[in-house]
Amino acid sequence: MAKVIVVTSGKGGVGKTTSTAALGAALAQRNEKTVVVDFDVGLRNLDLVMGAERRVVYDIVNVIQGDAKLPQALIRDKRLDTLFLLPASQTRDKDALTPEGVERVMTDLKRHFDWIICDSPAGIERGATLAMRHADMAVIVTNPEVSSVRDSDRIIGLLDSKTVKAESGERIEKHLLLTRYDAVRAERGDMLKVEDVLEILSIPLVGIIPESTDVLRASNVGAPVTLADKTSAPALAYLDAARRLAGETVPMTIPGEKRGLFSKIFGRRVAA
Amino acid sequence: MSLFSFFNKKSSAPTARERLQVLLAHERSTVGHSDLVAKLREEILAVIAKHVQIDNDKVNVKMDRGEKVSTLEVDIEIPLNADVKKDVKAA
Repeated sequence: MAKVIVVTSGKGGVGKTTSTAALGAALAQRNEKTVVVDFDVGLRNLDLVMGAERRVVYDIVNVIQGDAKLPQALIRDKRLDTLFLLPASQTRDKDALTPEGVERVMTDLKRHFDWIICDSPAGIERGATLAMRHADMAVIVTNPEVSSVRDSDRIIGLLDSKTVKAESGERIEKHLLLTRYDAVRAERGDMLKVEDVLEILSIPLVGIIPESTDVLRASNVGAPVTLADKTSAPALAYLDAARRLAGETVPMTIPGEKRGLFSKIFGRRVAA
Repeated sequence: MSLFSFFNKKSSAPTARERLQVLLAHERSTVGHSDLVAKLREEILAVIAKHVQIDNDKVNVKMDRGEKVSTLEVDIEIPLNADVKKDVKAA
């Protein structure tokens, strides 16, 4: 049965699109048919991060308005034939996405895919609420930083009230994805630690993605980080997170915490 | 001295954590019914205005959220020469 995941955060720039692409590619590598859906109408970018920007002909708004059939708008990934993209449109019309239209598209996608991953726009407006509307699970992307944590808390409130699951009295599965984490700075006391964010937001952790140049390098060339370099630290962290989303038990590691003797001694002293 | 102060620089993460905890405890209780105070103010004023003429600027509504209880403080100035609406009283 198809699972719908929304990747959301409230705050912009925390890594929703990067995470959507990385998790989508990771799930598709398990040989499960996966589609990543861009809900950021007006400011689409998932196509660029996926490296499919030159192949966009039709988009989700065309499908909703009946100008194109769903299979015409879906773009199959050139590297993984189990991975698809449904791009957003670049229209400035904020009402282009309608609740009924989104429902129709989601019902249609559920018939064809194992995983539907919705990339939410920032904010708490229409696009964000429609992206989360039909989700079974939510990945809440959070940076270890005060404004991101606060916005995530607001989004958790919306997930518990504005989704179809919540309205029908069911629970939406919520998972925290901590991104841009720097273990050394956290250890030094200058960045919120994993346990701080977990305690404040009190939702289960699905992964810790380290701050890394590999993320930018992957987006530069238009590849999900889990396809660009599968052995890089962020790719390994996303691959583990995807396995957890799929229900596997994978021990949690904090990337970058395996330090040498020198940094151990030195790091301790600085933290003291 | 400067090297010493570098090693002893107070870490900022605990401050971030504390600020967030206080803020979110407050926001979780207000979001969704953040207009509660405004609503109460409006309705309380309407009841009083039925009986006596009051000046809207001379009304103070304060809300204080404690851990277990919240208090609502309504402070209304009624001038000595306020018009008492006799017709309403009679009704």
